[in-house]
Amino acid sequence: MDKLWLIIQREYLTRVKKRSFILATILTPIAFGLFFIVVGFIFSYEDGDVKQIAISDPGNVLSVSKIPNTKSITFTKPQKDLEELKKDVEDEKYSGVIAIPVVKNLQDKNIEINYFYAENELDIDSKLKIEKSLGRFFREYKIKELGLDKKKLEALEGDISLSPRSLLNEEKDTSMKAGVGAALGGFMGFIMYITVFIYGMMVMRSVMEEKVNRIVEVMISSVKPFQLMMGKIIGVGGVGLTQVAIWAILIPIISISVQLIFGFDPEAMNEGAAGMSGGGGMDPDDMQLYAAQIITELKSQNWWLIAPLFILYFLGGYFLYASMFAAVGSAMGDDLGEGQALTIPITIPVVLALYIMMVAVKSPNSSLAVWASIFPLFSPIVMPSRLAFSPPAWQIALSVVVLIATCIFFVWLSARIYRVGILMYGKKVTFKEIGKWMFKG
Amino acid sequence: MNILSLENVRKTYDKHVAVDGVSFNMPKGCVFGMLGPNGAGKTSLIRIITTITQADSGVVLYNGEKLNQNHPSQIGYMPEERGLYKKMKVGDHLVYLARLKGLSKSDALREIKSWFEKFGIEDWWNKKVEELSKGMQQKIQFISTVVHRPGLLILDEPFSGLDPINTNLIKDEIDELHRNGTSIIFSTHRMEQVEEVCEFMVLINQGKNVLEGSVKDVKNQYKENLFKIDFEGEIPSDALAQTNIITQKNQSITVQLKEGDDSNALLRHLIQKNVHIHSFNEILPTLNEIFIRKVASSNLEKTTT
Repeated sequence: MDKLWLIIQREYLTRVKKRSFILATILTPIAFGLFFIVVGFIFSYEDGDVKQIAISDPGNVLSVSKIPNTKSITFTKPQKDLEELKKDVEDEKYSGVIAIPVVKNLQDKNIEINYFYAENELDIDSKLKIEKSLGRFFREYKIKELGLDKKKLEALEGDISLSPRSLLNEEKDTSMKAGVGAALGGFMGFIMYITVFIYGMMVMRSVMEEKVNRIVEVMISSVKPFQLMMGKIIGVGGVGLTQVAIWAILIPIISISVQLIFGFDPEAMNEGAAGMSGGGGMDPDDMQLYAAQIITELKSQNWWLIAPLFILYFLGGYFLYASMFAAVGSAMGDDLGEGQALTIPITIPVVLALYIMMVAVKSPNSSLAVWASIFPLFSPIVMPSRLAFSPPAWQIALSVVVLIATCIFFVWLSARIYRVGILMYGKKVTFKEIGKWMFKG
Repeated sequence: MNILSLENVRKTYDKHVAVDGVSFNMPKGCVFGMLGPNGAGKTSLIRIITTITQADSGVVLYNGEKLNQNHPSQIGYMPEERGLYKKMKVGDHLVYLARLKGLSKSDALREIKSWFEKFGIEDWWNKKVEELSKGMQQKIQFISTVVHRPGLLILDEPFSGLDPINTNLIKDEIDELHRNGTSIIFSTHRMEQVEEVCEFMVLINQGKNVLEGSVKDVKNQYKENLFKIDFEGEIPSDALAQTNIITQKNQSITVQLKEGDDSNALLRHLIQKNVHIHSFNEILPTLNEIFIRKVASSNLEKTTT
């Protein structure tokens, strides 16, 4: 046990002290911060000079309202007719003129409004905004002209939404919950996928290095191969947890301070994002409401259950795959390319699990999702993605038990491969041979 | 008292028999040569002794006890293919290996510091292993092998890749350890080294021990009763009529006596014949000759049976 602890310490400390680790751990959040700065800059980018756009409105459609000015465009409504205004545009007095036609037939559904310009075509962003405003004004104009009761009309409006409500779990407003659950689940599943891969590969490379280095023979004349393998897996796992923890702290801090220092208002970003997605974006007010809802939804999650389970699945998945990677690393020779084929049986289930996870997030109670979250090679990735949807307790219990049992079995199996593999040199190892190592004494 | 005794040890890998019923005893405190051509099974045998692998059958006794968990910390093993963690600092590395052998941190530091002083390499402590030359790394490897004061030291081709100066340095250290009572196994295929330093030996070929005993006994066992006589003047032609002459150069002659013949009788006989003798030496076979003869004959047996 003492020796195992020594090995863990060495594996952990040598990695954490490495310059590359420190750089990656600190630079990644900074890169995130930079990303925010660049994105913020792009979205808040607007032309420096302010455009003057004239509006010709002989039918007086816009009697009630006025198009709101933006940072780069001011709208004016001079008392001139269209032809005069067109001339002004040619003389560069205005950037362009919006010609609002006289509405002859109130039943017309499609109203075409011309925009005359000389040199400066409207950018998409402004075009969408103007269209949106004009649509609203014409509606109001029609309501007035038709003599309709505005209040009655408003009564017709409203969104219909389908709210799934579980009869088993007394929860409120599950529609939002589904969205948040999907996002949270996808996020957790993805974190699993990434960490299992990155740190599993790290274990594999390190085992290979020890073998190629020939230090391994010295090591196992002092400690048991099992201790060496476990020490490495645990040590590297610690490195992974450290890195993820540092990121979990640094990334929010840096992105918040970037916002504070560079003063990007999130609304600018939202507007930009909304503009790109076709003008149907949300109002900033809606956005805030939405964000608040997400936060309450996140808060309402049963973190006392999710967090420990997440850690449990993380450990299970990590040990399961890292031990397999260690076994493969021990079977590899000096030639990384040649050994790559051996990693395929490990990478396939991980990748499959990722795809299943994506489906499971959409329909967390489909039989595929249920069985995949019990099958131990997939469960570390699939089950965390379902946790936000509160799956039945028996499924969680079964999945955890199966995972732990499989985990122990695979660690045992990998140790058997490892112990033979690390002493094999100069021979291309086949799966058949690895199979023999497993079951030979 | 034997520090190590092996009895009918077998180890097979797949279909290949690496160690095929090896038995020998190694007296405590001796320098013991384990000889054999490449691929004879020496390394497999060492791996069994160091508990890296287990024998399929047979018994290995260390100090009269069956090999168990406590023994690795009493054994120091320097493999033929050496390796260290390249990115680690020399001092940290040695402390790590020493602690894995069961030393406390303070003990490890003390022992390593004294070795550094001995070799005059105090300024290496904070260097990374990869910054050292190959010869320097070998010294570090040697320190790591003996730092825990093992009762049994196993050196697999200890001088391969060492320059003459470092070879002598390590040889001197081995001598000193030997004087202090450490039992040392020397695994090699270089016979002259064994002849120089070993008292006992075992010869392994194709997984079997074909020869075992003290170096002196082995040499005597394989002697061919050859005598070299240097002389002055002439030997009367009838003087050696009864003996078998192997070679004859101008002032030197090599003869082979028959089994049971007395060398003193020959000497007396020559003196009686008034031969002026400068020297009269028995020629013992070198281990190299015995090795080649033995390996060749056992390989021949194998192909004929």
